Amino acid sequence: MSKIHVTTRINGDEAEFLCDAEETLLDVLRDHLNLTGAKEGCASGDCGACSVTLNGRLVCSCLVLGAEADGAEIATIEGMASGEKLHVLQQKFLDHAALQCGICTPGILIAAKSLLEKNPDPSETEVRYWLAGNLCRCTGYDKIINAVIDAAAEMRKV
Amino acid sequence: MALDEYQKRDFKIIGTRQPRPDGIDKVTGRALYGADITAPGMLYAAMLRAPHAHANIKSIDTSRAEAMSEVKAVVTAADFVQGLGDDTQDVIDACIARDKVLYDGHGVVAIAATSRAAARRALKLIQVEYEVLPHAVEIDDALAAGAPVIQAGRRGNKVPKGYNDNCTNWCEFGHGDLDAGFAKADKIISRSFRTAATHQGYIEPHACLASMGPDGQGDLWCCTQGQYFVRTLCAEIIGMEESRLRVTSSEIGGGFGGKTTVFIEPIALMLSKKAGRPVKMTMSRDEVFKATGPTVSSVTDVRIGMTRDGRITAGEAFLRYQGGAFPCLTIFPGAQSAFAVYDLSAVRTRAVNVMTNRPRQAAYRAPGAPMAIYAVESVVDELCQEFGLDPLEVRLLNAASKGTKSSYGPTFDDIGLLATLKAAKAHPHYTAPLGPNQGRGLSCGFWFNFGGNTSVSLNVNFDGTIGVTEGNPDIGGSRVSISMMAAEELGVPYDKVRTIVADTNSLGHNDVTDGSRVTFAVGLATIKAARAAIGEMCRRAARVWDIDEDAVIWEDGHAKPAGPNAGSHQPMSLAEIARQSPNTGGPISGHHEVNAEGAGVSFGVHLCDLEVDPETGFTTILRYTVFQDAGRAIHPDFVEGQMQGGAAQGIGWALNEEYIYGKDGRLQNAGFLDYRIPVASDLPKIDTVILEIPNPGHPYGVRGVGETSIVPPLAAISNAVSRTIGVRMQELPMSPPKILAAIKSAGN
Amino acid sequence: MVKVSIWGSLRSATDGMAEVEVKAKNFREVLEALKRDYPGLGPEIDRGVSLAIDGVIIRESWFTPVQADSEVILMPYMQGG
Ligand code: FES
Ligand code: FES
Repeated sequence: MSKIHVTTRINGDEAEFLCDAEETLLDVLRDHLNLTGAKEGCASGDCGACSVTLNGRLVCSCLVLGAEADGAEIATIEGMASGEKLHVLQQKFLDHAALQCGICTPGILIAAKSLLEKNPDPSETEVRYWLAGNLCRCTGYDKIINAVIDAAAEMRKV
Repeated sequence: MALDEYQKRDFKIIGTRQPRPDGIDKVTGRALYGADITAPGMLYAAMLRAPHAHANIKSIDTSRAEAMSEVKAVVTAADFVQGLGDDTQDVIDACIARDKVLYDGHGVVAIAATSRAAARRALKLIQVEYEVLPHAVEIDDALAAGAPVIQAGRRGNKVPKGYNDNCTNWCEFGHGDLDAGFAKADKIISRSFRTAATHQGYIEPHACLASMGPDGQGDLWCCTQGQYFVRTLCAEIIGMEESRLRVTSSEIGGGFGGKTTVFIEPIALMLSKKAGRPVKMTMSRDEVFKATGPTVSSVTDVRIGMTRDGRITAGEAFLRYQGGAFPCLTIFPGAQSAFAVYDLSAVRTRAVNVMTNRPRQAAYRAPGAPMAIYAVESVVDELCQEFGLDPLEVRLLNAASKGTKSSYGPTFDDIGLLATLKAAKAHPHYTAPLGPNQGRGLSCGFWFNFGGNTSVSLNVNFDGTIGVTEGNPDIGGSRVSISMMAAEELGVPYDKVRTIVADTNSLGHNDVTDGSRVTFAVGLATIKAARAAIGEMCRRAARVWDIDEDAVIWEDGHAKPAGPNAGSHQPMSLAEIARQSPNTGGPISGHHEVNAEGAGVSFGVHLCDLEVDPETGFTTILRYTVFQDAGRAIHPDFVEGQMQGGAAQGIGWALNEEYIYGKDGRLQNAGFLDYRIPVASDLPKIDTVILEIPNPGHPYGVRGVGETSIVPPLAAISNAVSRTIGVRMQELPMSPPKILAAIKSAGN
Repeated sequence: MVKVSIWGSLRSATDGMAEVEVKAKNFREVLEALKRDYPGLGPEIDRGVSLAIDGVIIRESWFTPVQADSEVILMPYMQGG
C-alpha cells in the first residue's frame, strides 16, 4: 500500500513523515513521531484528550487525518513550555492541584491556552463551556477552573 | 493492629500543600501512561469481539487471517489451560469466550500483526459461526422463571429455594427484632428503587506492552491499580512462576476500581509468547464500555419505620444486584453498608446476585454501597417529609456513633459521622434561600476502607537525601503524600525526599490500590520504615560519640544525646550521619512490611441544591457541598480532589449515566457521546469541608478518603429532585424524560 | 471461650444460631475452631472471610489476639475499589 508523504511544522520544528491515508493526526503524532503527550481517550472527538492546535485552531487530533497536516503548523503539549520555563497555565495547574491522574491534562492545557488567546479575561461560565469538550473523570473540574482563571489573571498582568 | 497507633502531635509538613513529584511530567506531556511506550520489533494486537449477547460458538476459522504475512500470532480460548481456581478461571473466561459468548463484546479471537491497520484487516478475515441463544440483560428478566441460564452450575449453595439457577450469591445481615421495631413506628414506608449500571469512566483505556522470551521470562508494562495482582493473575493464567514475570505499572489515567482486574494483559502475554515478539495491546473506548467492568445495576426494596418525633424504629432492605455473566460478591458490601450510617436496634438486609448477559462487573469506588444507601436515604427523606421534620435533625437523632452496634455487626469506635452532620448543619449552605423550582437534598454516606499487604523501603542517600520505594500505582497524588510522611517522620525538608513506585521484582508484595488503602497503609509502612532508619541513625551516632545507644534520641532531623550518661555532644544532623555512614557501618536504610489492619471507616454528608425545569425535566445542579471525615488530611489538595471527584461521579450516576441495552441484548451507548459523563459546564463549584477525627489505628490518624465521596450524591440529588417536583423519584439516572414523566404523573 | 456472631446467611451452618462460642486466643484459632465445630462453615471460611474484633476489621492477620470479652463478628472478606 502506498504511503502519503507529509511535511509539516510541529512546535516550530519541521517534521516529515509517511502515513497511511486512514491514519489520524493522533496516530501519526503518537506512533510515528513519538509525541505521546496527546492521549487517545475515545478516538471519536468526545473526550478532548488528544487536543492540539492546527494552524492556531483547537482541534481533536483524532478527528484530523495525518495527511491534512501537510504544510500546516501544529502545536502540541510538548511545545507548551519554553525550555525550562513552564507556561503560566502549566504552573497554575500544579499550584492548584488541577490534576489527579493527569491523563486529561495535556488536552485541557492546550484547550485552555487556546481559550486565553481568544479571551484573556473569561468568566467562570465561559471557562466551563469552553472546556466542556475536555473530559476529566478525576477532579470534578473545580481545581481546573480555578487554575485557568488564575492563569488568565496572571497573564493579563504581563 | 493496635488501636493505640495514633499519637497527637504538632505537624510541620503534614497538612501543607507540597508540589507533587510527578507534576512536571504530567503538565508537559512527558509522563508515560499505558499506551505510551514501544519496544523494538513490537507487534500490535487487536481483538475480535462477538456481536451477540448470548451465543454458542460453533466454529472459528482463522486460516485466512493467518495466511496474511503481517499476522504473527493468533490466540483463542483454546490456547489457555482450563480448570484454574474459580475466580481466576472467571477472569480469563471474561476476557476471551470459551465455547459460549456471554455478553455483547465478549472477546473471541486475538491477533498480533505488524501494524494496527494490518491487525484490523486480519480481524475481518476471521469467520466465526454462532448459534444465538435467548438472553437476559435486566435483573427482572434474569430472575424470572424460565430465564435463560447464563452459566450452568453456578447457583450458590446459600441461595434460598424459589430462586433460579442464575442466582449465584446470597447474604443476610442484621440484628434485633424487626416486628417489634416496626410495631413501634408511627409510619412505615416501603418503596422499591432501581439504579442503572454505570462505568468508572477513566479517561485512559486499558493498555499494555507484553514481552515473553523463549526462556520463559516475561515483562509486562500496563496501566493498573496494582502490578502485584496483575503478576499473580497472569502468572497463573499463563502457567508460569511469579518470579519469571516482572510487571511494571505505568502512570495510570484513572481507575476508580475498574483497573483492579485484568482484561487484556494475559491475552497480550499469550500473543507475545506465540509470536516471540513484544506485543502492544490497547482497548478502544468502545471496547472499554463493552468489555470491561461497569458497576452492578440494582433493584432494592426498602422498608423503614419511624416515630412522629423522628426516631427510626426498624429498617429492612432486599437488594437484587446483577454483576454480569459471572458470580459477583458486590452484594456483600451492599447489604452491609445499606443502613451503616444509622444506630438501629432492629435492622435486616438480604441480598441476591443474579447473572445476566453483561460484562463481568468490576469494582467502582465503594463497590455496592452507593445504590444501597441511595435507597435507604431516599426513604428516610420521605419519612422526614411525612412528619414535617428537618432531615438533618433526623440524621443527627439517629446517627451511628461511638458504641453503636453497626448494621453489619461490629461496634463502632471513634467515628466522624456526628461531627460531619454538625458541620453540615452549621454551614451557610444549609440555610441559604431557595428559589422557585429549586430544592435541597442531603444524604449521608459510608465506606469501610481497607489496609492490606504493604511493603515500603526507604534509603538514606550519602548526601542526606531520601529515596522512598513503594509498590502502589499513584492515582491521585499518593507519591507526594508518602514523601510528606517520610519527611515529617525524619524531620527533613519535603524536597529532600523522592518517592517512586517500584515494579514487582524490586519490592515485596503490595495489595492493589483499592479500598482507599494507600495513604493509610502505605503511609503507615512509610512512617515505620522511617522509624527503622532513625533507629539505625541513632545507633551510628551513639558509636561516634561512644555512648550507649539508648542515650540517643531523634529530634527535628538530628540525633541528640539525652539522659544522664549521654555527655554533651553537638547534635548530629541526618545529613552528617548519612555522609559518615560509609565509615560507621555502610549504607543506612529502613524498611517495613505489614498487613495493615484497622483502616477505620469513613463517613460523609453531601448537600445539594438544584433546579428542575418543569417544561423539560432538565436538572441543573446549583450548589454542592461535601463534608467528609479524613481522619487526617495529609495533603489537603488531594483530599479535596478525592471528595470533589467522587461527588462529580455520583452526580453523573444520579442524572445521566447508564448502560442502555437494546432488545437484542446489545449495548447501545458504548461511547462518550451517548454515555455522557459530567463535563465542566454541567457542574457547579463543589465545595468541600474536611473534618479530622483521627483514626486511632494510624500514627498520624489517617483514614482512607477515596471512596466514601461517591456514596451520598445519589440520594442527595434524588431527594432534592423529589422535594422540588413533589414526587418521590425511585430510579436512577433521573434523566429529563423520567423527571418529566414523574411531573406529569403527579399532575394527573 | 469467645462469642462469635455469625451473619444471617451462614446460620444454616450453626443450627440457626446467631452467636456461637468457641475456644480461641487469636484470629486463626477462631476460624479453626469454627471450622471444626461447624463444618458447614468450612467452604465459606476457606473462600476467605474477615473478622471484626472489637470493632476493627481484620482480614488476614492470624495472630491478632482475641480476649474472652472481645466482640468478634464473622464477616465476608472485604474488598474495595
Ligand atoms: S481521543 Fe480525540 S477526542 Fe477523545
Ligand atoms: S485528572 Fe484524571 S481525568 Fe483528569
